[in-house]
Order: sequence, then structure tokens, then C-alpha cells
Amino acid sequence: MLLNAFIQVGVFSVLVTVISVPLGLYMARVFSGQRTFADPVLGPIERAIYRLCGVYPGVEMSWAEYAAAMLLFSLAGMLALYGLERLQQFLPLNPQGFGAVAPDLAFNTAASFTTNTNWQAYAGESSMSYLTQMAGLAFHNFVSAAAGIAAAIAIIRGFVRRSARTIGNFWVDLTRAVLWILLPLSLIGALVLVWQGVPQNFSPYVHAKTLEGGEQTIAQGPVASQEIIKELGTNGGGFFNANSAHPYENPTPLTNLLEMLAIFAIGAGLTHTFGKMAGDRRQGWALFSAMALLFAIGAAVTIWSEQRGNPNFARMGLDQSATAAQSGGNLEGKEVRFGIVDSALWATITTDTSCGAVNSMHDSYTPLGGFIPLIDMQIGEIIFGGVGSGLFGMLVMAVLAVFIAGLMVGRTPEYLGKKIEGREMKLAMLYVLIFPAVILLPAGAAMVTRAGLAGISNPGPHGFTQILYAFTQAGANNGSAFAGLNANAPFYNWTLAIGMLFGRFMMMIPALALAGSLAGKKAVPASAGTFPTNGPIFVVLLVGVIVIVAALTFFPADALGPIVEHLAMLRGKLY
Amino acid sequence: MRTLMTAVKMTIVLTILTGLAYPIVITGLCRAIFPRQAQGSLIMRNGQVVGSSLIGQKFVAAGYFHSRPSAAGDKGYDASASSGSNLGPTNKALIEAVKARLKGVLEENPGITASQVPIDLVTASGSGLDPEISPASALLQVARVAKARGLAEAQVRGLVEQSTRGRLLGILGEPGVNVLELNMALDRAAPLSRQARK
Repeated sequence: MLLNAFIQVGVFSVLVTVISVPLGLYMARVFSGQRTFADPVLGPIERAIYRLCGVYPGVEMSWAEYAAAMLLFSLAGMLALYGLERLQQFLPLNPQGFGAVAPDLAFNTAASFTTNTNWQAYAGESSMSYLTQMAGLAFHNFVSAAAGIAAAIAIIRGFVRRSARTIGNFWVDLTRAVLWILLPLSLIGALVLVWQGVPQNFSPYVHAKTLEGGEQTIAQGPVASQEIIKELGTNGGGFFNANSAHPYENPTPLTNLLEMLAIFAIGAGLTHTFGKMAGDRRQGWALFSAMALLFAIGAAVTIWSEQRGNPNFARMGLDQSATAAQSGGNLEGKEVRFGIVDSALWATITTDTSCGAVNSMHDSYTPLGGFIPLIDMQIGEIIFGGVGSGLFGMLVMAVLAVFIAGLMVGRTPEYLGKKIEGREMKLAMLYVLIFPAVILLPAGAAMVTRAGLAGISNPGPHGFTQILYAFTQAGANNGSAFAGLNANAPFYNWTLAIGMLFGRFMMMIPALALAGSLAGKKAVPASAGTFPTNGPIFVVLLVGVIVIVAALTFFPADALGPIVEHLAMLRGKLY
Repeated sequence: MRTLMTAVKMTIVLTILTGLAYPIVITGLCRAIFPRQAQGSLIMRNGQVVGSSLIGQKFVAAGYFHSRPSAAGDKGYDASASSGSNLGPTNKALIEAVKARLKGVLEENPGITASQVPIDLVTASGSGLDPEISPASALLQVARVAKARGLAEAQVRGLVEQSTRGRLLGILGEPGVNVLELNMALDRAAPLSRQARK
């Protein structure tokens, strides 16, 4: 059993590494405006989009203009989704006749999908029409991911350019991310998913007469086209309530592998895009290695904890050890076809990144098994990360790491030949401080208000973890949940929506400002005193900084949730 | 202001491209290439839809293999309300539920002890619609099903083995038995009398 866990994780890791290199180099070509094999088909579409929208692709933007374009585009998309949700009962492709989504839920969902979070306080199959799913939610799956990639590319340019005033054109980066990367990969992936059994239709729900003579209503819809971009864009919003645990979203171990690869692919690839554009591929590999190391640790702990199972079950005489004919372990909230390994592996992958899709219910995980996804988000989703946001989060940590190294040797820190000075450090610290503020402050508020406490569904320390998890995922734009929390209430819909908006834009703007500031600097030649940022010592330092920052920030809160619950579970205490 | 106009136009153009054209193209392609899967892998019997090979169903008769516990909808296996239980590991409600399920399994399958009951048979799945049980859970039910149907245990075990799906390439996922397909195979081998259905 242990052997199979190693093989499955190993196969996945090798495939991610193998895919990430060509994908990353391809993305570097796409965003440097170099020729690619897809140009003859996509070039005319690209030019038509620019003509229709009045974009001048040759005109570059300063960081402030770039950020303004991104903000306005997000605002327009958010309003469009809100409108679609409120008016869906008058619009076509609504065979189940769903009514308008309530205002607080519609606002929460609009904020959620615009920010690439995809937190869902609704159940897809009982509230959203097919049109809302496609043109509202799946549209955001594409463009919020594309905006994230665009921001990452702009930030790479900031690090790489010398004495420059501009960091690219947002509209061009956005369009090219959709046309050259997300759409082609989604087309292929969706076909594979349908082949494996994911539905793709506009039919009304099917009424079946079961074998024992009962009635079963089976939800349908254009699932596959949305499923693939949900993973590829690290969005995570399920077509159905059960997300990728639903056999219609993720029917086989093969779809599970494909979807896990889709979650990591672009984030992993962007490290190589960064190395290529920086002119030193080893800089990309250094970031990749730091991410891979953290991923492996998290996956190992989660699989171990879930496989060990729940001692409360053992006390009833149940045997949770794995055999050839069953997976064993803590199977509450998990599917037979995924067992422990594929479920726990997915749980780490989905929170390493900002995806948040789930193929098992995190709320039912053992305390330590559920702790790892929480930590993954608290370290800022920089393990391959959200498409785009993961890379720039990691670059901010890299700036912090060279700063600390600089303090140790008493030299002005440098990264990629750029001096890191007061202004850069202030922006990096802003990024590091906003994050816990948008998580811990509202989580604390929820714990002392009646409306906040009313959401708890699992009593005891687990209930606190439910609330902490909800605000952590909002600030980190993840979208996964301890889903027992009754979050479709005005208190949570409004506070979490604000958390998601802050977590996205209040962090992207300092990152873009950092890029703008760095772009304007001259390069300083490397000297004997320069700390090399492309080797193993830097990787270790970087991982250390990431862990220490997260631990200092979040450990006190975490101790009250998963850690207390773990100790209680060992002693057989129930709540 | 110009940027705002561009933002609005981009929203419209990209909605048409990614929100309408893309899913419609996929739907058209799949209707031609994978018509069965695109429609939800539905299973017909005597001109009537009896379910989907991917969606689990509830079985209570002794002559059918039983699916896992389900938290989808009020009665379980509601395929328009997928859901896990979301009960935490130290929640009394979870422990009581598992205890009750274990008691049920032990009563329905005499001669079995708690340590022989596979964990998937007493825990609710993530979707509430898990179409599968583990091979161990199927084998545990063979004696009961064979008795209820008047079949030899060896024959029923043969049907279980035929419907067992191994790991993909011997590596990926976990082995499982599709309960609906197994029960349909049983019905073909020895139809259940109207009496025994209850």
C-alpha cells in the first residue's frame, strides 16, 4: 500500500516536471511576442479582438496603467456576472427554471469568480442555469486565470527589464493568455473528459426509475467544458455541489490524474517562463525546486494522516488498514475510486495552488490531514500556486529571502541584478502583511459575533477550524471549504466577498508596483559579494523564510483549531 | 474612460468566445464523437432510464448489493443534490452514524465481525453518489445476496469478479465494484421476485 502511494505520487510528480518545461518555454515565447506554431490560426482572431475593442497592441503601459486596466476589466466582469445571476430566470438555457440568485449570494459569487477564488455558497445543480454556468462562471474561469497570468508576466518583465518605464500591455497579455494557452488546452482536455464520462449537454435533468423502483433525478449540463478550465485556471468552482468528488465531474482515476495535472501545469510552467525571460534558466529551476520540496512534504503528511484513519472508528472495532481489496483509512467524505492516496494528494494540490476544487470533503479529514491544506493556503499558495498569483507570491518571498541574506552579510541585497532598496522592501512587506490581516481579523470577528458562530456545523475546536479555513481560503483566493459551515448567510456572504476582493487586488497591486519600481532600475553587475539566487543554498533559505513567516503569523490561530482537535481525537473526546 | 470602454468591450467579446462559442463547439463535437457519455452514460432497460452507470443508487433489498451510505439529499443518493456529510472526525453525530451503520451491516450479514467490515461500507462518500464499493465490501455481501436469490455463492462471487475494476494500469486509483451494473447482472442471472424486493 505504501509502495502504491509512492508510485502514484511519483508518477504525478514526474509528469508535472515533464509537462512544465515545454509549457513554460512556450509561454515565454507567447508573451515575448515570438512566433509559435499556433500563430496562423490564432493571429487573425487576436487582431480581430483588438480591432473590435480598440486595443493598440504596440502601446505599452506603466505599472499603474496596467493595474488600472486590470481593475476596470475585473469590475466589468463582476458586474456582468452579478447581472446574469439576478436575471437568469428571464434568459435562455435554464431548463430547470431556476429563479434569480439572492442579492447577497449573487454578490458573493460574483466577487468569488472574479477573484479566481470560486468559493461557492450555493449548490450548482440547484441554483445556477446552464447559461449562468457557461457565460458567467466559466467565462470568469478563463479571464480571471488569464488576468493572473498577465500579472505574473508583467511582474517578470519588471524584474528583467532595465531602466524601463513600462511593463507590457494588459489587454495583449490577457488576450494571448486566453487564445494561446487556456483555450487550446481546454479544448483538448474537455474532449478527454467527455470520453471518460463527463457529460456535455443542455438537456433537462433526467428522471430515472431505479432498480428497486424508486425515483432518481439526475442533474445534467455542459459539465466537461467547465470542468477542464476550472482546474487549468486554478479556479475550482464545481459545476455540481460535490465538485470533483461528483462522478460526473471526475468519473475515473484517469480523469483524476488529468485534472490534478491541469491544476499544477501552468503554475509549474511559469517558473520556467520566468527563468527563460530572466535569461538564466536556473533561476526558474530554483523556484521550481523550492515549490516541489514544500509540495512533497505536504502530500506525505496528508496521505499518512488520512491512511492512519480515525481512532474513534478503531474504537468500534473497525479495521482501517489497507488491503488489496480496499483502501482503508478515513473514508468519510471520500470516493472509492480515489481511496486515500488520490484524495489526500488532491487535497494538497488544490491548496498548494489557489484552485480549491475538491475530490473529497476536507471537513471530514482527520485534524492533521485537514491542517496541511490550511497551511498550504497560509504560506500564500506559492507551491506552483494560482496561475500567475503563485509565481508573483513566490517572487515576493524571494525578495524577502535576499533581503534577509543581505542583512546577514551586511550588503545591499540584489535579485536578478537589481538592487532591492527601501521602496521595494516596503511594497514586499505590504504584500506580506495584508494577507494575514484579511484572514485573521474577520475570522476573529466571526468568533465573537452571533452571526459568525451561527455558521458552525461541527462543534468543538473543529468549528473554529471551519471559520478559520473559510477566511483563509477567502484571503488566499482558494475556494475550497470545510463545507459544513453554513456560509450562505448574509454575514458570511458579505465578509467573505470583501475578503476575496482584498485578497486578490490589495495583493496584486503592491506586486505590480514592485514590478514597476524594479523595471526602472539599472542593472548592477554581479560581484564576489553577490548572493547567488540560482543554487541550492538559496532554495533552502527561501523555504526557510516561507515557513518562518507563515508560522509566526498563523501558528497561534492554528494551535486552537487542528492541533487541539488532534489531541482531543487521540484521547477519544467527542463534541 | 477609454480604458473603461475597452474593459467593457473586452468583457463582451471574451464572453462570446469563452462563455458561448467554446462550450457550444465542445457540445457539438461530443454529440458526434461520444454521444453516450455526453448524455450522462444513461442505462436503459425496457425503454426506461434506470439510472446512469456513473451515478450510485440506493439499494435496501437483501437480494441486491448495497451501496455506500449517502448524504446526498434527505434520503441519500439524490442525484440533483450531491453532497458529503461534512461531519468532522470528532463530531458525536459522525461517530453515532458510523456506529448505527456498522450495526446495520452486522445484522444484514450474519456471521461477520466488526473488524471484517470495510470502512467504505460504513462511511458516506464525498459526492453522496459514489457508484462503487470496494471489492472487499462486495465480497462481504455475497453470502446474503446468494441466499436471497437462491443462487450458489460461487456464481455470485463470479459476477462480483466480473464487475470489479482494477487500478488503471495497475497503478492509478483504487479498485472498485460498480454496484448498479453488478445488480443488473444479478437481475439477468436470476430475477428477484416481487416479494423479495420489499
